[in-house]
Amino acid sequence: MTMLKEGRPTAPQAVAEADEAPVTATGNRALMLEEALIFEIGSTDTTGVDFAQAPQVASRLGSLARTGSIGLPGLSEQETVRHYTRLSRQNYAIDLGLFPLGSCTMKHNPRLNEKVARMPGFADLHPLAPQSTVQGALAVIHELAAWLVTLTGMHSVAMSPKAGAHGELCGLLAIRAALEARGDARSVILVPESAHGTNPATAAFCGYKVEDIPATPDGRVDLEALKARLGPDVAAVMITNPNTCGLFERDMKTISDAVHAAGAFVYCDGANFNAIVGRVRPGDLGVDAMHINLHKTFSTPHGGGGPGSGPVVLSQALAPFAPLPFVEKQGDRFVLVEEETAEDHHAQTFGRMVAFHGQMGMFTRALTYILSHGADGLRQVASDAVLNANYILRSLDDVLDAPFGGSGPCMHEALFSDKGLAEGFTTLDIAKGLIDEGFHPMTMYFPLVVHGAMLVEPTETESKAALDQFILALRSLAERAKAGDEALKGAPYFAPRRRLDETLAARKPVLTWTEPALAQAAE
Amino acid sequence: MRYLPLTDADRQDMLSVIGASSVDDLFVDVPAEAGLSGKIAGLPDHASELAVERHMAALARKNLSAGEAPFFLGAGAYRHHVPASVDHLIQRGEFLTAYTPYQPEIAQGTLQVLFEFQTQVARLLGCDVANASMYDGSTACWEAIGMARRITRRGKAILSSGLHPHYVSVANTMAKFTGDALVHAAPTLDAATDIDALIAGIDKDTSCVVVQYPDILGRIADLTPLADAAHAAGALLVAVVTEPVALGAIQAPGHMGADIVVGEGQSIGVGLQFGGPYLGLFACKQKYVRQMPGRLCGETVDAAGKRGFVLTLSTREQHIRREKATSNICTNSGLCALAFSIHMTLLGERGLRELATLNHALTVQAADRLAQVPGVRLLNDSFFNEFTLVLSKDAREVVRNLADKGVLGGVSLGRLFPDAPGIGNGLVVAVTETVTAEDIEAFAKALEEELA
Repeated sequence: MTMLKEGRPTAPQAVAEADEAPVTATGNRALMLEEALIFEIGSTDTTGVDFAQAPQVASRLGSLARTGSIGLPGLSEQETVRHYTRLSRQNYAIDLGLFPLGSCTMKHNPRLNEKVARMPGFADLHPLAPQSTVQGALAVIHELAAWLVTLTGMHSVAMSPKAGAHGELCGLLAIRAALEARGDARSVILVPESAHGTNPATAAFCGYKVEDIPATPDGRVDLEALKARLGPDVAAVMITNPNTCGLFERDMKTISDAVHAAGAFVYCDGANFNAIVGRVRPGDLGVDAMHINLHKTFSTPHGGGGPGSGPVVLSQALAPFAPLPFVEKQGDRFVLVEEETAEDHHAQTFGRMVAFHGQMGMFTRALTYILSHGADGLRQVASDAVLNANYILRSLDDVLDAPFGGSGPCMHEALFSDKGLAEGFTTLDIAKGLIDEGFHPMTMYFPLVVHGAMLVEPTETESKAALDQFILALRSLAERAKAGDEALKGAPYFAPRRRLDETLAARKPVLTWTEPALAQAAE
Repeated sequence: MRYLPLTDADRQDMLSVIGASSVDDLFVDVPAEAGLSGKIAGLPDHASELAVERHMAALARKNLSAGEAPFFLGAGAYRHHVPASVDHLIQRGEFLTAYTPYQPEIAQGTLQVLFEFQTQVARLLGCDVANASMYDGSTACWEAIGMARRITRRGKAILSSGLHPHYVSVANTMAKFTGDALVHAAPTLDAATDIDALIAGIDKDTSCVVVQYPDILGRIADLTPLADAAHAAGALLVAVVTEPVALGAIQAPGHMGADIVVGEGQSIGVGLQFGGPYLGLFACKQKYVRQMPGRLCGETVDAAGKRGFVLTLSTREQHIRREKATSNICTNSGLCALAFSIHMTLLGERGLRELATLNHALTVQAADRLAQVPGVRLLNDSFFNEFTLVLSKDAREVVRNLADKGVLGGVSLGRLFPDAPGIGNGLVVAVTETVTAEDIEAFAKALEEELA
């Protein structure tokens, strides 16, 4: 057999500058694949799972057998893998690149954490299994609790809250229980203007009236205004430290002393603990309660919006009111203290916040991360996180307005505003431009105390090369927005979707899929 | 330190750009008396991946995992086989390491999954709409009570005695602070549920009746009369499902008139994990959607007219409404929702029905076998994959002794309801597709020895 000499061309022809990409028949663009909904591609008679034949028995369902179609489409395993793999590729992720969401702390998620969480001894364990069979799991909770208490310099920790906001709730419930125990009815919680939205929402949920504390021009709590407001009606002050402007509250200890002198408690939002872990202990600042987002400081994955995990460290004054359940070491045995055994020595508990014992799958991951870093590594985490943020701040403060840049270094996040952008250009344009440059945008329009805020948190797990590329991109976008480059308003151009119409989505909510014929009939 | 990429040379370069001489200079705002000058004493230093894995594996080995023993625990958490592809797919970095989809142009993967998830959950529970998930079933249950209060402007909720006791405890904790009045009694060891008593208890102050289906003892009751009675009094019916696989076999609560249906989604795709993270399911009638807590994903179009998905109706949420929000919740259980959705897609309606049929059939066999053990009585007339045995002695001790024999034989009512000594001989037993005929026999034999 002879080989044909003229086969496929092996060198591309020159591409003309003006070449337009053709429209494809499928709507796909090479590796960027459109993917329909499972309701459009699956069928109720298709399945990707095989089961053993069920033995024949007389039903004991109490004549409530489900009749009629449920409307749940299935796919074979291959189709399922392909559907979700294709969808995954429409997501940005920390595994793809820098994800500088201020206050959300998108750091690398070590894969050892995932491996450990999947060990059958942790993953395949029932929460109500007899305690003699789960001593290793209780040991994990106890060991992690010990680390959290030591790192924060606090008295004890409630492990069960499911997320940061749930931890806030835990802290405020402990405070309210402590006040009630001393017969002290107080009705107000003070929250700085720059606080996360969860703070006032949690306070209101617990039945408190929320009052704002003003900020000083350098982005911190106005100590004098706070002192002036303290009184017998104030139950607690909620402070984020480092705060959402990326600044350390220099007066924190003075604030705590004043709050305590007025008979109130200090709640600290620990969302930004990653900036100070190993360098500052909140217990030394007079904090009474602080939640720790394990998915932020201690690297458990965010998973597209959860699960979180929000253990709450407590001062000695609040510890007796901590929720059930918790783990105690009695001799060489670990004991889960729950309703059955709480009466004896934990009678003041404010109760249970959640079924079972909290986010065990996050505890194994967080403990793995903590042991990997150790005391020296965790201190280095805070140091590098703050170094990276300051590097970004000082590399860009000549092209972007840094409202508090003049007051000194920032902590773990750099804050910029939209001041100086050309007329009609916004923070949103810069954010969407970053998408085209291959980055996830920064947190935008938060904190509320800065106009058009851009809150950039690189975290410690970014290399200098990654930071330099990000700085290059953001500098270019800032210059384009200042020069009034209209093209920026159309960004993103290269993402799976262009800007989406959120107004339409809210005005006419479509929250579930409906068969087209039914949807049309309903119009 | 394998997760920290900066070199000392990088650090020096960066400090010179910043204009600082050392990293300590960047912490200048920390008062001297609060800053630690070195690492915290008494804690170990960093460790290799191998050393950490060894340490954690040693702790894992101190547990008796469900797969190592005849296993019959349920009571709100169920052991089902999760297909290998589910865990493979949720570990794709684009899902695992993404944040909340606040930038929809580069989060369509997560958003489309949430839209599909919401549709799957709504259909499974028999409701018009579902949200993008809550922390777990117990917190979803409390949020439903709060939602009923907002809708009816009434503050008294009646909780069924068949509601999971942890869910009752969570509601009691919250109600202490919100001022809701909760009516609740511990269950009694009867074959019939407390539906008649619940109906009798509804009055003009009642915001909602909360009923679990199947209930904590495994019993199944038609919810239609309860829904009718609640509606006649201007109250809502909240149904709680802790074992969603059941809805492949029995009527959906939404189809029996429930206004809000919440549940624990753990048993599809998520795994036991010693209690968390789990997956709160939350669905309701269309007319109540603006009172719903939690995140919602909705369909829309992009600037080029293509279909896409966004988080929507966020004017209910804390980051917009602050102290006026419907809830303080800021996360959902995204990765668990993904696992649920993938597993449900693999099952499809056909697979779900087969799974439910298999669960029920094995449960019938187990119930009949265990009821033959001397000193054992089967409480239930009706059940799906969980039932209650009444033993001749306190079940707490029996469970502990069975564990010593290597059998994980159910959850005692004494542990679940420590304040109701009258039902201490009750044992809740769950049977899923993971249970074999040999497991049932081993359990029956061990129980026989224990009760002899």
